[in-house]
Amino acid sequence: MLKPEEISRIAQELRITVLDMIYKARSGHVGGSFSCAEIITTLYEYFMNVRPDEPCWPDRDRFILSKGHAAPMLYAVLSKKGFFEEEKLYTLRQLGSPLQGHPCMFELPGIDMSTGSLGMGLSVGVGMALSARVTGRKYRVFVLCGDGELQEGQNWEALMSAAKWKLDNLTVIIDYNGVQLDGNVNDIMPLSDIESRLKSFGIHTFKCDGHNVEDLINSIQAAIRYDGPAAVIAKTVKGKGVSFMEGQSAWHGKVVEDNEYEQAVKELTGLLR
Amino acid sequence: MRIESLREAYGQALVKAGSLNKDIVVLEADLGKSTRSCLFQEAYPERYFEMGIAEQNMASTAAGLALAGKIPFIHSFAVFASGRAYDQIRQAISIPGLNVRICGSSCGLSDFGDGSTHQALEDVALMRVIPNMTVLVPADAVETRKMVEAMAEYKGPVYIRINRNELPVYTSEDLQYRIGGIYTIKEGQDVVIFANGVMVSKAMEAAELLQKEGISAEVVNVSTVKPLDADTLVEKAKRFKAAVVAEEHNIMGGLCSAVAEALMVNNVNIPLNFVAVEDKFGTSASNYEELLEHYGLTADNIYNKVKKLLA
Repeated sequence: MLKPEEISRIAQELRITVLDMIYKARSGHVGGSFSCAEIITTLYEYFMNVRPDEPCWPDRDRFILSKGHAAPMLYAVLSKKGFFEEEKLYTLRQLGSPLQGHPCMFELPGIDMSTGSLGMGLSVGVGMALSARVTGRKYRVFVLCGDGELQEGQNWEALMSAAKWKLDNLTVIIDYNGVQLDGNVNDIMPLSDIESRLKSFGIHTFKCDGHNVEDLINSIQAAIRYDGPAAVIAKTVKGKGVSFMEGQSAWHGKVVEDNEYEQAVKELTGLLR
Repeated sequence: MRIESLREAYGQALVKAGSLNKDIVVLEADLGKSTRSCLFQEAYPERYFEMGIAEQNMASTAAGLALAGKIPFIHSFAVFASGRAYDQIRQAISIPGLNVRICGSSCGLSDFGDGSTHQALEDVALMRVIPNMTVLVPADAVETRKMVEAMAEYKGPVYIRINRNELPVYTSEDLQYRIGGIYTIKEGQDVVIFANGVMVSKAMEAAELLQKEGISAEVVNVSTVKPLDADTLVEKAKRFKAAVVAEEHNIMGGLCSAVAEALMVNNVNIPLNFVAVEDKFGTSASNYEELLEHYGLTADNIYNKVKKLLA
């Protein structure tokens, strides 16, 4: 098993990979991909029991990227893990590419559920967790949600279900970056005290720094060990690692221009040293 | 040929409508920068409601505003505006016949990069089957502006789908537009091409190709899919040897179906064919034209269908 600092380094390297992918594609969501770099890398490199050479292994742990627009980061992590060759990454969003703008399970090995329309991933996770229970399988279901997408009411229907059936095999992680397409979550439609809201729905919560791998490991571990449905609220920064992107809603899905690309690579590479 | 952005034209027209009618309010589901409803927000912040990523709540809230005398324009991508909030649009807006305007932006394949989840090829069909609903598909920026102006005064729910990209302008500034109108863009003698949205420009290109072979094609913009002016449509179709219908939508349930239904029941038995998406979902591509070509939404395809019908 990799050490936290090794996972942290991989996540940072994959940010550069994702930047390259989006730069080449001339479209894609860089801000929300960067905010969940450590979260997805930690899940695949530390927690998840998967077989890259047997992507549909029935006992694998499942991952649902409910915030499907962060697909580039998931693709980079899956490729690093060995689900498919690295060259494919640079076909992102091209006609005929298995790397669709949003994850498509029939196109690419390692995608457990197609996503893109926000606020639907949690319900699918509930279904997978219920199936594990009734079939006696031991796998765990991880669902990564954005904070903005929690505005969709369906999330709260799913949370009620998770609490009703006490789904201890479901772990929810919230990429709490505070920014959505039109602006700050607090201005667009505030989530208010998300912790107490989740608790009132019967979901136990853990909080951590979503860019600190050691902190992430401890919180996700605690959520897994908790006897019931639990969520990890991972505080993150949209566009993390690039000064002019950090916390800026403009970078939700903006095209990276040449000079911005150079600057971003310089900053991200600098952080590796 | 002048090209102009439809969504930009939409946003500007919305601001203008808002200046003339203080009852107009605008609701947005976190895509304002993209739908261009953000222009209304800048102009009239007190009449702009950012609802967040919650299309169902937005649709029903609009019903409440309409019941209390407002004229709400609600916004999202076409796929979410028509699909995610479908039941709310049906139950709370359409059954009571409320004055809610639903803007489905980034329609068809025009959001080329995002892929199938974000591309709306079923929205016209979904909206068309709801009683009381009016369905508009503008071909260009000028028609978009005229439609928004007309929508402000219109009674009952309206769905308008807006293309994300810049398209050639064929609609004359002088056109006396009315919802329900069917507009001839180019006159012809041999065949008629009924089209709307981006396919009007493809039909015009096809007409040029046909002209080179001595085939004179009429191009008709059927931008109101519902209520369809069947009488005018039938009168036009009767004059030709064949007809092709072209739309950026699933071949089922949209303009193709609407035209076929109207011609069939009125005994217009001319050869007919369609250029539309052949019952498929969208996919990602690096540009819009490439994607239109992939699904056969091209001038060449219209040309080929016409030639086959006349053979």
